[in-house]
Parts: sequence; structure tokens; C-alpha cells
Amino acid sequence: MPEPPSHRLPEPDRPWMMRTYAGHSDARRSNELYRKNLEKGQTGLSIAFDLPTQTGYDPDHELAKGEVGKVGVSIAHKGDMETLLDGIPLDQMNTSMTINATAAWLLALYIVAAEDQGVTADKLQGTTQNDILKEYLSRGTYAFPPGPSMRLIADTIAYTVEHVPKWNPINICSYHLQEAGATPVQEIAFTMSNAIAVLDAVRERVPSELMSSVFGRISFFVNAGVRFVEEHAKLRAMATLWDELGRDRYGVEDEKHRRLRYGVQVNSLGLTAAQPENNVYRIALEALAVTLGRNARARAIQLPAWNEALGLPRPWDQQWSLRLQQILAYETDLLEYPDIFEGSKVMDGLVAELLEGARTEMHRVAELGGAVQAVDYMKAALVESHRKRWQRIESGEQVAVGMNRFTSTEPSPLTAGADGGILVVDPEVEAERRHAVEQWRAERDQAAVDAALATLAEVARQDHENIMPATIAAARAGATTGEWSQTLRDTFGEYRAPTGVGEAAAAPSEEVSELREEVERVSEALGRRLKFLVGKPGLDGHSNGAEQIAVRARDAGMDVVYEGIRLTPAQIATSAAQEGVHVIGLSILSGSHRELIPAVLDALREAGVEDVPVVVGGIIPQDDAAAMREAGIAAVYTPKDWNLNGMMRDIIALVAERHGVDSAVDA
Amino acid sequence: MSRARAPADGRELGRRLRDRDLTAAPAALNLIESRAPDAREQAEALLAELSPAALGHEAPAHVIGLTGPPGVGKSSLLSQLVKYWRSCDRSVAVLAVDPSSRRSGGSLLGDRARIEADPKDRHVFIRSTAAGTRLGGLAPATRAASEALTAAFDVVVIETVGVGQSETEVADAADTVAVVLQPASGDVLQFLKAGIMEVPDVLVLTKTDLGAAATRAMSDLQAALLALGATGTEVCPVSSVPPPQGIAQLAQALEAHRTRIDLAERRQRARRRHALENFAVEHGERGLRALGGRLQAERWLETQDPALDVPSLERALADRAGSDQ
Repeated sequence: MPEPPSHRLPEPDRPWMMRTYAGHSDARRSNELYRKNLEKGQTGLSIAFDLPTQTGYDPDHELAKGEVGKVGVSIAHKGDMETLLDGIPLDQMNTSMTINATAAWLLALYIVAAEDQGVTADKLQGTTQNDILKEYLSRGTYAFPPGPSMRLIADTIAYTVEHVPKWNPINICSYHLQEAGATPVQEIAFTMSNAIAVLDAVRERVPSELMSSVFGRISFFVNAGVRFVEEHAKLRAMATLWDELGRDRYGVEDEKHRRLRYGVQVNSLGLTAAQPENNVYRIALEALAVTLGRNARARAIQLPAWNEALGLPRPWDQQWSLRLQQILAYETDLLEYPDIFEGSKVMDGLVAELLEGARTEMHRVAELGGAVQAVDYMKAALVESHRKRWQRIESGEQVAVGMNRFTSTEPSPLTAGADGGILVVDPEVEAERRHAVEQWRAERDQAAVDAALATLAEVARQDHENIMPATIAAARAGATTGEWSQTLRDTFGEYRAPTGVGEAAAAPSEEVSELREEVERVSEALGRRLKFLVGKPGLDGHSNGAEQIAVRARDAGMDVVYEGIRLTPAQIATSAAQEGVHVIGLSILSGSHRELIPAVLDALREAGVEDVPVVVGGIIPQDDAAAMREAGIAAVYTPKDWNLNGMMRDIIALVAERHGVDSAVDA
Repeated sequence: MSRARAPADGRELGRRLRDRDLTAAPAALNLIESRAPDAREQAEALLAELSPAALGHEAPAHVIGLTGPPGVGKSSLLSQLVKYWRSCDRSVAVLAVDPSSRRSGGSLLGDRARIEADPKDRHVFIRSTAAGTRLGGLAPATRAASEALTAAFDVVVIETVGVGQSETEVADAADTVAVVLQPASGDVLQFLKAGIMEVPDVLVLTKTDLGAAATRAMSDLQAALLALGATGTEVCPVSSVPPPQGIAQLAQALEAHRTRIDLAERRQRARRRHALENFAVEHGERGLRALGGRLQAERWLETQDPALDVPSLERALADRAGSDQ
């Protein structure tokens, strides 16, 4: 047989792992969804957990209110995990779990659920996201301070390398950095710095002969934006850096262990609420960024749905995204060739550019003492990049088709249906889950749980011990997600991540200086500076929007009280009362606004805050917006309202009106 | 331009604070922060209600200034102190001066979230204010706010950031000044030795769970204080990570300082200085000249009724300057 030509592969590559990030309500409903998705040709599972599970609270905890089963499935104990995976053979399945602060716990539940199926841990394949630094920087589902969190990560890595060898114990995420506004250079540099911090922590906890295997088990979870040529270059640059790092810093000799392995979810930040159907094209182009070049192709892909900026996607929306992957893999000729950018001047040039920038930035982080020490620096840098990005969109310099250009449109039939084109979680789920967890606690062997948690607390206090065996024992005994987390909170303490807003540079623009004059004028009439509380109630950690609002309001001359994420309604009301604010803005993206907004309004009344206008921003369907206005919310903003200056103008006018200050300057 | 809303009734708010009605605090501070002329009149009436003359004694609260470089763990420490004071059933007001300097006239205030307190506990009050023009400097309203809250709360804490200038300013507003340091705050030690920084009433060393580094820092501090002859300054080691340590001892050291000093004398001096500052801001160099210069003005203030509140003293200064012109 003749040698195949060098521009063709002897055999087409196998397609990447295809997943859909899915899960909602409870284990039973999500299990049904997973089985249907697998029937449709999905080749792996990607479990979305709800925010209480991600942050370590049981469904009946005060902070869980309104969030149970919303952005993912609620998993409180091994019984839930068994139901979730019922009928799915775990010795064959490859499961990715988006879980971080509580990763050790959910991995333990997975191991115990597999035991129940008769599958031993050495057969399990999958990934726990388990990356805490990006939670501090962007995503917000952290629970413990940096030191103990890094220990938990190191413990899970050390444990899985020995006992669950096919598991990817951590997916170091660049994904959320891009969502928080990172430039490609920042995305590469911060992610690699994060990886160094993790590896250095593990090096302390495993025998040195295992480090090569540890390095080989580290995988990444990346983002791809619509500038797909540069985005592909970014991945090639990451592969180069990773290879270097393995060889030079950790002495990894096996080339296979130094290969960059990554999964991907393409960009959500660039998806628009305006003309949402256009997002399908964006997603397709972004998928090219991670598949085009064989030398830096994704191992696993999950694509967002076209309607993410509107609300939760329905099964049909997710199916549409899966089909895109299948067309790319099975209909096109993509998998038949070697790397198509080999020898490309453009690609090599782009990679070199990114490498140079990334090395400089990595050096800066190293000088600050490494990624853990540099969280404040990186957070502030991200807020600043995001601010600049937003300014480019507002000025029209960066085009978003259908949003800031080519905006005239026909009505979209996609959103015309009775459901508004999104999934709404049954509001009964939360009550069901509360009841179910109470029942679970009543029926289990309490003495066994108490003993297991006591052991866990003891192990947690001993820094040199691995947390995993005690965690698995607690899972087996029937402890709950909230109990495991509370035990560790009691030992490790709690943490609030930096907000990064204080350091953001002021935005000099004509429009902002007009706003500033108006703020001065209204403040003068009020007697003191216009004071604005920006609050994020609930467990939702997506703070990028709230941060940009806070920074812009500061630039417009307001005194802004912004305390970061995860506030209870009572905390927000107390802040509003004690700080004497003139207006309140609430941001919620997790879909829990129906429960949380009324709760905040009640708390405000209880705290004696009357006649202070409240505005709300978030992913809020139209019908809900109307209901909120009826309940007394002064204005509702959705991703369609992307002009921050316009929002500021509204807010100033709102305060002026409530205080009887003339709204027109010529008064 | 119109303003429909009349300012709140200052005397009424003052009376409520005097009766230790803590719910009056937000409105009182809104008034005190206002620059509108009619609001300022009401704020003066409010402070007059709370002057030692009106109360018959110095206001009861312990005013504590808590300052130190960024990142040393002031907020964690304050969380623990608030918890301790609440366990002793003492009400606490915190004036958190945010270090983020004003840009574009606006400011970002985020510190309050770092102080853990039960939001439903009405005996804890936290208010953030932007710093004055200097890093960690006090805005004039912050001193007035502290004076107002001193009548209603058991403890008033003024929290600022910085070292070198801020503790001097805080010293003018607080009964007890505590500077917070962490192991390896070497620069602060240098400031102390060089006299750039005044010796505080209490030195707090945080993060003592760090072991050897903390022990070394502790002995360095004590040696420095000894060299300066500052034997009266207590050094309190604390750790805010669970389980917290040294918190009760610190609270007792703060309390002990207060019982040691002549409180009335310290407060009088502070009020007079505060009044002269305000007068200088309002009337400038020309005003000071009319009083015969700063030193003369200070001497004259010493002859005034020690129980007068700041606005009254300020008015007296203005009257005197006016009659001499």
C-alpha cells in the first residue's frame, strides 16, 4: 500500500467528546434529561449543579432560598447522586462536573454512587472542575479561604492520581476569565499562573516520582470568542507554554504528559439578547476556533444555546447546539487532515505575539508571589479590561451585529412561543427538595454521620492529612452537602473575594462628563452626594455586570456602595438603611429573581427603608419584568440594555424625581 | 432649582440619639453629611443636643480609632471585636473610612461587607464614608458623625487605612488609637523608630497563627517601643482565623487605656481642634489672621466653656473674628 500523502491523515481522527452542560431541578428530572441527551448522540455527560450545591448549602438553608434547582441540579447526598446516575453505566461514561469549592465532596458522592453500581474507582472517567482561583476572579462559587481551598485541590489531585487514575481531578479554567473581560494575553497568562500555583501546592503533597503523572492529569477548560483566528492562536500558545512548563519547571520527561488537554465551552459573553438567533452563527464560528487546527484541538466540547442571554435553555435549544457539533464532526472534512496551520506565517506570528505578552504578564504575577497572592491584582486587571471592552461596544468601535449596529429587525418567531423561548423551572421544586432533605436526615443512621463528620473535622485540622478518605466515608455514611461544607467552614473560616472595582481607572468621555455634571447638580440639590447601593442578592456569583455598573456610577460621580456577591436580602436592606442611599440597584443572573426580588423589597420595608427607588438588572424574561414593575420596581434592565450611560441617566433622573429636584437643567 | 424635601429635624434626631434610640443614626448621619445651608443648621442643632453641656457629662461611648496599612486584617479583626462587644451586650457603631480616594468626585465604598455582623442585629451600625483628600484622612463629616453617635452607642469605631498621617488625624477624633500591624510590617517599625508615626495607645499584631514570624515580630515591636521609651503602649497579639485568639485581651487593653486617660480633657482638646479646623476651612487664612493667628486662637479656645459642642465653638470663633475685623 502506498504511503498516504502528508496533507491527509491515514485515517480520519475520532471526534472529540460531545457534551451538553445540563441539569436542573432534582436528580430524577435531570436523570431523564441525561438519558434523552445520550440517545441523541451525546458522548459524555456534563453536570450542571445548582448554586446551593456549588457553594455548599443544603436546599433548606437560608441562603439557598430561590436558588434550588435553578441553574443546575440540586444534589444533597449520595441518594441524590445515585438517582442522578441511575441507568447510566459509570464504567463506560465520561462525566464532567462543573464543581469547585465542593469538588472533593461531589467527587466522593460520585465514587460512592459508582460503588453502588458495582463499579470500582479505578474505572471511573471524568473531570471535576475544581479550580478555585477563577472562582475568586470571576465565577463566585467559592466557600473557603485561598489556603485551605488550595489544599483541597491538592488533596483531590493526590488522591485521584493513586486511586482514580483515569480521572481529571482539575480543569484549570481560562473560560471564566474571558467571560470576566480578559484579553487573550491575560487569559493565557493568568491560567498558566494558576496552573503553576496548583502544581506547586501538589508537589508538596505527593512523592516526587508521581509528579509526571500529576502533570499529565491536569486539564484545562477554555473559552473561544468570535475572533476565531486569534482564539485558535491562543490555544497553540497555551500548548507551547504548557509543554515548556512541564519540561523546565517540573522535569516531566514523558512528552505525552506534557500535551495540553482541554475541554471547551465557547463564549457566552458575546451572545446577545438582541436578535438572539444570530448567536447560532457566533457559536458555530467559535467552535471552529477550537477544532480547526489539529495541533491544538479540543478533547471535549460543549456549546452554549442561542438563547442563553434570555434565560435557561430548553432541551430543544440544547439539541440544536449538539447538532452543530455533530455536523462539524461527521459532515465536514475537518477530521481528515493533519494540522492545517502548520507552516502558516500568520498563525506563527500570532502565536509568537501572544506568547511574548503572556510571558511578560506571567512574570508580573510571579513577582507578586504567584497566582494566589496576585488575586487582587488579577481581579482588578480583569475589571479594567472588561471596562475597556464595554466602552468599545458603547462607542461602536467594537461591532456587535444586531446590538450596536444593523439593529433594525423583524420580530423573531423564535421567542414568540408561550414560554418566551426559555425553560422555567417548576417553582414547586424548592419546597420538594427542602422536604426531601429533611426526610433524608430523619431516616439515616445519625450516629454514623456524626462520627464521620467528627473525623472529617479532625482531618481538616491536620494540614498534612488528605481530606478525601474522610470525605468519602462521610458520603457513605449519608452526610449532606451542607454538613460537609459547614464542617470545613467551621475549621477553615469563610472568605470574601476582592471586588476589583476600587482600582478600575476612570473613563474619560464626553458622555460621562455630562453625567457627572448632572450628578453634581442633583447632589447639590440633595445636599449630599448621590449615593447608590449596588447589590447582588442570592448565591449567583456572576458579578461582571454589577461591577461594571458600580465602576460607571463612580465615574459619573456617585458614591457607590458595592459589597460583592452573595448577600442576603436582610444584608442588603441593612446596608441601604445604614448607608442612607438614594437609590438601589440589584443584579441577578441565576433566574432566582422571582423569589429574591420580593424578599429584598420585604426586607427593605422591614428595615424602614421607604421611598428609595429600586432598579433590577439581570437575565429577566419579559413577563417577569412586567410583574416586577407592578410590585414596585422602578425599572428592569436586561442584556438588551447594554448602554450603561443610558442606565446612569435613568438612575439620576429617578432620584431627582423622588426628591422633587427639577429634572431639566434649564430650570 | 428646587428642593422639595425639607431637612430632618435636627433637635428631634439629637434627642432620639440621646435617648439611645439607635434607629435615629442613619437619618442623623444623612443630616451631618449634608452641605445644604438649612441642613447644616439642623445638624448644628443636632450636635448641640448631644454636647456635654446638654448631656451634663461627656458622651458615654468609647471612641476607638483603628488604623493600619492595607491587608493587615483590620476587617477580620473588627469582625471579631464586634462579635466580642455584642457578646458583652454593648452596642457598636463603625465608621468605615474607605481608602479608595475620590475620583471624578465619586467613590466606591465596599468595606462594610468585610465586617461580619448579623444584619438583623439593630445594635450594630456600620456606615462607610469616602476618605478625605489624603489617603486615609478623615472627612470633616466623619468627626461630626462620631461625635453624634458617641451619645447613643457604647462603642464607636473609626476605621481608617494608612500609616504615618492617618493615626494622627484619628487621634484627634478618638479616645483610644489602635494601630494594626501584621508580622513583617517592617516599614511600620521604621516609621515608629524614625518618629514619622506617633506611638499609638495600643499596638495590635495580627496573624499570630503564623508562628515563628509572629514571635519575631512581637519581640521586634517590644524592643522598638522600649527604645522609644513608650512603655505605656500595650502590644496585643491576635489571630482572627478560627479559633480566634487574643480578642478579649485586646478589648480589655482598649478599655484599660480609656480608664487610664483623662477622657474629658482629651475630648475637649479634640473638640477645640476640630472647631478650629472647620473654622480654617470655612474662613481660610484671613479668618485665622483676624483671630491673631492659630496659636492665639487655640489659647482663646481654652478659655471657652469646655462643655460646648463643635458647632458652638465654631460660631464663637466666627463671632470673635467678625468683631475684630
